[in-house]
Amino acid sequence: MTVHAVHGEHPPGFAHQFEEVEQQREAVNLGMWLFLATEIMFFGGLFMGYIVYRSHFPGAFDDGSHLLNIKFGSTNTAVLIASSLTMALAIHSAQVGKKKPQILFLILTMILGALFLFLKFNFEWRADYHEHLIPGFGFRGDPHVQMFFCFYFFMTGLHALHMIVGIGILIVLTIMAARGRFNEHYYAPLENTGLYWHFVDIIWIFLFPLLYLAGGRYPIPGVTH
Amino acid sequence: MSGHVVPVKIYVAVFVSLIFLTALTTAVAYVDMGKFNLVAALAIAVAKMLLVILFFMHVKYSPTLTKVVIVAAFVWLGIMVTLTLSDELTRNWGVKVTGWSMILPHLRGLF
Repeated sequence: MTVHAVHGEHPPGFAHQFEEVEQQREAVNLGMWLFLATEIMFFGGLFMGYIVYRSHFPGAFDDGSHLLNIKFGSTNTAVLIASSLTMALAIHSAQVGKKKPQILFLILTMILGALFLFLKFNFEWRADYHEHLIPGFGFRGDPHVQMFFCFYFFMTGLHALHMIVGIGILIVLTIMAARGRFNEHYYAPLENTGLYWHFVDIIWIFLFPLLYLAGGRYPIPGVTH
Repeated sequence: MSGHVVPVKIYVAVFVSLIFLTALTTAVAYVDMGKFNLVAALAIAVAKMLLVILFFMHVKYSPTLTKVVIVAAFVWLGIMVTLTLSDELTRNWGVKVTGWSMILPHLRGLF
C-alpha cells in the first residue's frame, strides 16, 4: 500500500485505489470513452438503417431532404458548435482553477443547448407539422419519402433526447461548481460531461449533412419544390 | 497539475474552423456536383468530427490506450456497415430462384 492509502492525505476527489491523480483522471476518461463507444453503436444502428434505405430509394430521400428548411439546420449547427466551445471553456476554467467563469460558461452552454431545442421543437417541427410532414395519416408525398421522415424524426428526436439529458446533467454540474467542488486537481465530472456534450455535437455534425444537404440544394431543371 | 491544459486560443481557432466548415458544406450543397455532393458533405463532416474529437475532447493529448479504444469503436461501426451492405447490395446478384419454385417444374410430371 502506498502512503496515500491513509485517509486524510488525499487531495479532494482522489480515490485511494489509484496511484496518482493523473492515473485516476486517465481511468475516468477511458471509462467515459467506453460508454461513448456504446453510444456510437446506438446511433450507428440508425445511421445503418438510413444508409440501407437511402441506397434503396435515393430519389425519395433526396425529395425528402428538399422538404426540410436548411435555415433551421445550419443555424442549429452553429448554435451547437458554439455550445461545444463554451463547454470546453468551462472545463478550461476549472483546469486553471477559476470558479466564476466556470459557472458562467456552464450556464451559457445550457442556454445554447436550450436555444437549439427551442428552434427545433417550436419552429422547425411545428412547421413540419403544418406542412403535413409527420409520418402517419395525412402525410403528403409517397411512402418512401415518408420513410425518410421516419428517419428524420427518429434521429433528430433521439439526438434531442440526448441534449435534454445533457442539460439536466449541466444543471447539476452548475450547482456543484457554484459550491466550489471543482478545481485544478479535480474536475472529472465536468470533463466527462464535456465528452458527452461534444459527442452529441458530433452526432449532429453528421445528421446535418445527411438529412439536410445530401440531396443537394441546387435547383433541378423542371422540378419545383 | 493534472491533465493537459489546452490554450483558449486553440479552442477559439477550432470554433472558427468549425463555423467556416459549416458555411462551406452549406454553400457546396448549392453547387450541382452529382454524386459528389454527398461525398463532399460527408468529407467535411468527417473533418469537423476530427476537429471536435482531437481538440474539444482532448484526444490529441490523451494516452494511447484511450486512442485505441476510440479507434476500436469506429472499427466496430465499420464492421456493422460493411457486413450489412455486403448483404444488402448483393441480394440481386445472380438468378432469382427461391424455395420450392426451383423444383416444382420437375415434380409436376411425377404425380
